[in-house]
Amino acid sequence: MSYVLIIGAKSDIAKAVAREYAKNGYDLYLAARNVSELEGFKKDIEIRSNRRLELKEFDMVAFDSHQAFYDALEPKPLGVIVVVGYMVDQKVAENSLADSLNILHVNFTGCVSLLNIIANDFEKRKSGFIVGISSVAGDRGRKANYIYGSAKAGFSAYLSGLRNRLYVSGVQVLTVKPGFVNTKMTEGLDLPAKLTAEPEDVAHDIFEAQQKGKDVLYTKCIWKLIMLIIKHIPESMFKKMSI
Amino acid sequence: MNLASWGMYPVIKNKSFSLKDEKSLQNYLQKTEQMIPFGNGRSYGDSALAENIVYCKPYNYFLGFDESEGIVHCQSGVLLSEILEVFVRKGWFLKVTPGTKLITVGGAIASDIHGKNHHVEGCFSKCVQEIRVMLESGEIVTCKKGDELFLATCGGMGLTGVILDAKVALKKINSKSINQITIKTKNLKETFEAFEKYARMPYSVAWIDCLAKGENIGKCLLMVGDFADDRDLSFKEKKKLNIPFMFPSFALNNLSVKAFNWLYYKKSPAGESHQKVDIDTFFYPLDAINNWNRIYGKGGFTQYQFILPKEVSYDGLKEILGAIAESGKGSFLAVLKLYGKANANYLSFPMEGYSLALDFKIEKGLFELLDKLDQIVLRFGGRIYLTKDVRVSKETFEKGYPMIEKFRAFRKENGMDKKFHSLQSKRVGI
Ligand SMILES: Cc1cc2nc3c(=O)[nH]c(=O)nc-3n(C[C@H](O)[C@H](O)[C@H](O)COP(=O)(O)OP(=O)(O)OC[C@H]3O[C@@H](n4cnc5c(N)ncnc54)[C@H](O)[C@@H]3O)c2cc1C
Ligand SMILES: NC(=O)c1ccc[n+]([C@@H]2O[C@H](COP(=O)([O-])OP(=O)(O)OC[C@H]3O[C@@H](n4cnc5c(N)ncnc54)[C@H](OP(=O)(O)O)[C@@H]3O)[C@@H](O)[C@H]2O)c1
Repeated sequence: MSYVLIIGAKSDIAKAVAREYAKNGYDLYLAARNVSELEGFKKDIEIRSNRRLELKEFDMVAFDSHQAFYDALEPKPLGVIVVVGYMVDQKVAENSLADSLNILHVNFTGCVSLLNIIANDFEKRKSGFIVGISSVAGDRGRKANYIYGSAKAGFSAYLSGLRNRLYVSGVQVLTVKPGFVNTKMTEGLDLPAKLTAEPEDVAHDIFEAQQKGKDVLYTKCIWKLIMLIIKHIPESMFKKMSI
Repeated sequence: MNLASWGMYPVIKNKSFSLKDEKSLQNYLQKTEQMIPFGNGRSYGDSALAENIVYCKPYNYFLGFDESEGIVHCQSGVLLSEILEVFVRKGWFLKVTPGTKLITVGGAIASDIHGKNHHVEGCFSKCVQEIRVMLESGEIVTCKKGDELFLATCGGMGLTGVILDAKVALKKINSKSINQITIKTKNLKETFEAFEKYARMPYSVAWIDCLAKGENIGKCLLMVGDFADDRDLSFKEKKKLNIPFMFPSFALNNLSVKAFNWLYYKKSPAGESHQKVDIDTFFYPLDAINNWNRIYGKGGFTQYQFILPKEVSYDGLKEILGAIAESGKGSFLAVLKLYGKANANYLSFPMEGYSLALDFKIEKGLFELLDKLDQIVLRFGGRIYLTKDVRVSKETFEKGYPMIEKFRAFRKENGMDKKFHSLQSKRVGI
């Protein structure tokens, strides 16, 4: 049995990740809200790969349900990939506490709630892998996107700490920082083609990095360089810039 | 976003709607004035280009597979390469496949594409059993062989509506390998004789050296073949080469084309030789290099593909190859194929005869040359392949496609002529 648990399976990146893992011989738990909408996708994967696949109802902000959700998984997954994310326009978020909180809960606190539970189990079993999809937006707060960015920054820091803790137990933690990806989340935005990845490419990068035991993945890889530069701009200058 | 098809010419500003489900497509059609479906952009010219496109590749679920009959039911954005990835190891292959596997099922139907086996298996539409199409009203219609909507949609270049999903029949195979025979000929006459001699072989295609002159006009390497029977179906994706940047446009001058043509021909032994090759090598040699279209540089290129009726193919080709050699304009690729009978679809390209496809870098003087070639093609009763085209005139198009009036009338009667338009359909007045 080799189940991988994908949290937020309706996301475009998650679907591509699911196909990549199925293609490489893994069975899948696909977890999402209103998960029955994934019946068609389930059938697609079954035709493509003959793997076992189960749909699981899951809500990232229903913190109280996370323990029961994980307890009910049998057999336990050998790895988990958290793809859930939520972003609204910065201006909207600035003026709505509800949106701001949802951004924080979906991208950060919810992940903490779920991964605390899974990490404890993996640590006990001394095996497993945890992949979290954070974002380059978490590398530095910018006026255009800092509420989402700060949630992702929190998530990145959490994953970094988790990696540090679980290292001795042989559990891999991979932080994924996509740049722009062509998905529902970015539909309608005018993204620069050269810096924008397709979900399939991101999925392929994630699979390779996870299999190789990497710690942090920027995808497309050019974003590593871009963020290195952005992170090194002195704050006294950065505060005056619009990027 | 900037958008271009495979020829990278023209490049246009456009807005893209990603097709994910029927409901949002219905909404989109209602609130958008004009659009054209876009598959994977492997058409060369402007067939899939417009200010607004419906990007169909993300609509890519397999919906079912009938193991006993080998019929795959899938959404229109599924790539042929995905079908192969899933089904070759189960012993199935496409009945009809073009020279690249990186096209969508929707694109294959809309261009009614053909392969190296047209003289045996016909066009893609022949293996399509059923199509669901969303018309511009948002209504979804299922059509089957013989229905007028089927005749118009297969080869209809996306101008009847958005193809949502289709049932496609596959062919049984017993091997992932092809037994290939390569025949080297010295001139056009030998080339034609070789095609006729091997007409019983299911697959055949010839690479012509377009720069040969005089006596040697039409010398070629003809490759024919059929699937082996060794029960080895282990199919593996190969690593691909990348062309990471645009070649400077001088990279592909006349000299390098000459060198390429010559090397390719020189490498092969004289007369007949036998090889056993895999599916990718035999059917999709160009897919081995990602983005090979970049070698033509930023200005882009086009493919000129025409077909001539069989009885005049020899004379017509001789004249056209002569005109090209005289112009000194190089073609990296010149592919000659044999075709069987035409089908009843309104705008499908094939007719019984021979077709030649040549790549040209877009440069000054090219369109004048192609206009001249158009006249020869028309004089011999031939036509130009829309899915490769970017410049043909309304008049040339109409002369080549006698069923265009039926197509226009069908669109009009069924309220299909308002929303679906490409740059090409406007140019040739479909
Ligand atoms: C290297 C190479 C080799 C080739 N070899 C051959 C060959 O041997 N034989 C051959 O016939 N062709 C060949 N082609 C051409 C190619 O097969 C066709 O252009 C094909 O239609 C491209 O499919 P696509 O999915 O990329 O569609 P696009 O190029 O995106 O679109 C092509 C046309 O299909 C329409 N379309 C796409 N999707 C839909 C949909 N869902 N519903 C309705 N309309 C739709 C578009 O509007 C457009 O008119 C070759 C192309 C290349 C690059
Ligand atoms: N696209 C980009 O440019 C980009 C860049 C960097 C990072 N990322 C990150 O990549 C990940 C995947 O995003 P995507 O681009 O694939 O976008 P997407 O398709 O919009 O996916 C986001 C997913 O999160 C799910 N979700 C939101 N709230 C949830 C909740 N409370 N409980 C469970 N699921 C919830 C959504 O489910 P529903 O379908 O039910 O709403 C949706 O499927 C996200 O973490 C995102 O932040 C994306």
